[in-house]
Amino acid sequence: MIELLFSIAVGVLSMCGVYLMLRARTFPVVLGLTLLSYAVNLFLFGSGRLIPGDPPLIADGVERYVDPLPQALVLTAIVIGFAMTAFVMVLALRALNDLGNDHVDGRAD
Amino acid sequence: MHWIATPILLPLIAAALMMLVPARYWPAYRWLGPVATLFQVPIAVWLIAQAMGNGYLVYPLGDWPAPFGIVLVLDRLSALMLMICAVLATAAHLAHQARPSEHTRQFQVLFQFQLMGLNGAFLTGDLFNLFVFFEILLIASYGLLLQGGGPSRTRAALHYVLLNLAGSSLFLIAMGVLYADAGTLNMADLARVVSERGPDELILVQAGLMLLTVVFALKSALLPLHLWLPATYAAAIAPVAALFAIMTKVGAYAVIRVLTLTFGLEGSETTPIISTLLVVLALATVAAAGVGALGSVSLRRLCGYLVVLSIGTVFASVAVLEPEALSAALYYMIQSTLVTGALFLLVDLIADQRGPIDDSLQLNGPPVRNPALLGTLFFATAVAIAGLPPLSGFFGKLMILRAALSADFAPWLWAVLLVGSLLVLLALSRAGSRLFWSTDGEPLTPAPVRLGAVLPAMLLLAASPLLVVFAAPVQSYLDQTAAQLADPQGYILQVLGDATGKGAEP
Repeated sequence: MIELLFSIAVGVLSMCGVYLMLRARTFPVVLGLTLLSYAVNLFLFGSGRLIPGDPPLIADGVERYVDPLPQALVLTAIVIGFAMTAFVMVLALRALNDLGNDHVDGRAD
Repeated sequence: MHWIATPILLPLIAAALMMLVPARYWPAYRWLGPVATLFQVPIAVWLIAQAMGNGYLVYPLGDWPAPFGIVLVLDRLSALMLMICAVLATAAHLAHQARPSEHTRQFQVLFQFQLMGLNGAFLTGDLFNLFVFFEILLIASYGLLLQGGGPSRTRAALHYVLLNLAGSSLFLIAMGVLYADAGTLNMADLARVVSERGPDELILVQAGLMLLTVVFALKSALLPLHLWLPATYAAAIAPVAALFAIMTKVGAYAVIRVLTLTFGLEGSETTPIISTLLVVLALATVAAAGVGALGSVSLRRLCGYLVVLSIGTVFASVAVLEPEALSAALYYMIQSTLVTGALFLLVDLIADQRGPIDDSLQLNGPPVRNPALLGTLFFATAVAIAGLPPLSGFFGKLMILRAALSADFAPWLWAVLLVGSLLVLLALSRAGSRLFWSTDGEPLTPAPVRLGAVLPAMLLLAASPLLVVFAAPVQSYLDQTAAQLADPQGYILQVLGDATGKGAEP
């Protein structure tokens, strides 16, 4: 059940992300990239299998563990994705300033 | 041993130091950046000597053993890439020093971070670490691309950034697929998993590797993902564009590394599919870039198409999947990277002397102030790029054509590469005659170009005759590099050590 919900969430997020990324205005495109990066982060997280309730660290009396590596990978990906989104946001504002409109090709229509 | 990490640590420390200097003392510390960049050259020479002596050098970061921790791996290929990067970066940095501008500190700091990302990508033996270094070099390149300001740069940067962010998402998806199935992101460990499994159990891993190849193709501007490159490179200031000449080669490096490690040069059943796919895309890239170069209305855009064409040529040769062809591809890659860098620097000098029309290839522009010097340099660069004797471009292409003889697609490769060279020749002759002969009026610039400004371009261009004169030692180095790449078992054994013998936990 959790797998189904999880994969639907990843699918819907990437669908919306790709749709928004193909828009012609910078703001929807940035939103689309953000949604896509959420989908990607979830997907990366899922690569360690979805096992609820087990510790990711060595503990006494525990037999089953969750793979901690995907969590570390997701953390790195979130940090990088966050920085990149901030940068692209500033760049989009600058493009609005420099080019006079928010079209991704910089032409008013 | 610890010296392997210096190409990453040196730029990091230099950049951090430069950021700490208070603004009013900055002029006294201007030398920090150039010195740090220059220092990369002796380090690269030393590392090449190490790679020649020892084969592989493996450096586990934090002393965590290989499949669990991140390793840096120095082999002949990574040492070679470090060397190209160091030489190109030194020339680009010198060119920037010769043109003092107000943004020097930003430029120098970003430049060092870019070098750190590039060197790290060449050294790392871990796929996720490769992703991190890619992001470092990309975010530095976004800043470098915007140097100088202006609407055209902003527009080019917006496209470049958005495309690369989409590419990064794809990179992470590929990584998730690989980790979910193979349970490792260490390149050597991944190669071990691939070599131990049967073809039926590899479907997900292969899908992940194909996705990775798409990402690398985007970075290296392979058709149909090449459209961003000419506009981006045309918008960047000259030293940045010259350094970007190696950015596409990072993608090529990554493809060579992953392809040889996981699929191997011969053997697995997937290899023919990848070879066919690569060669079709590569030759289409060469054709499209040739036509694009012929149709360019500005000199910088023309140079951008030449970069695309050179990457197509490299990939076409890699797709032959023979050690000999790999060695030829690497020879061509060295020469095309350095000479294209020289061309970008030269174009800037020429455009500078033409006033308002800049690098436009229109008829009857104003003549340049130093037609003899700049014309000769342009002519030599054009000869090297188009692949005419006696410069290195000719030998690079000759090696590729000879090595490709054994492949099924040899007639196609010969035809497309030769016609591509003809198109480049036509495009460059047209550009040269419009720049230097079809001129009208008096030179606009009173002062002749300074020697310090021409020197970096000459330095890079000098690589071309040197590569011809020392072709024998260079080729023997490259042949051994290709032999090393053709033997992934050696890499696996060196990186994982006896970890495989101990029987790692499943």
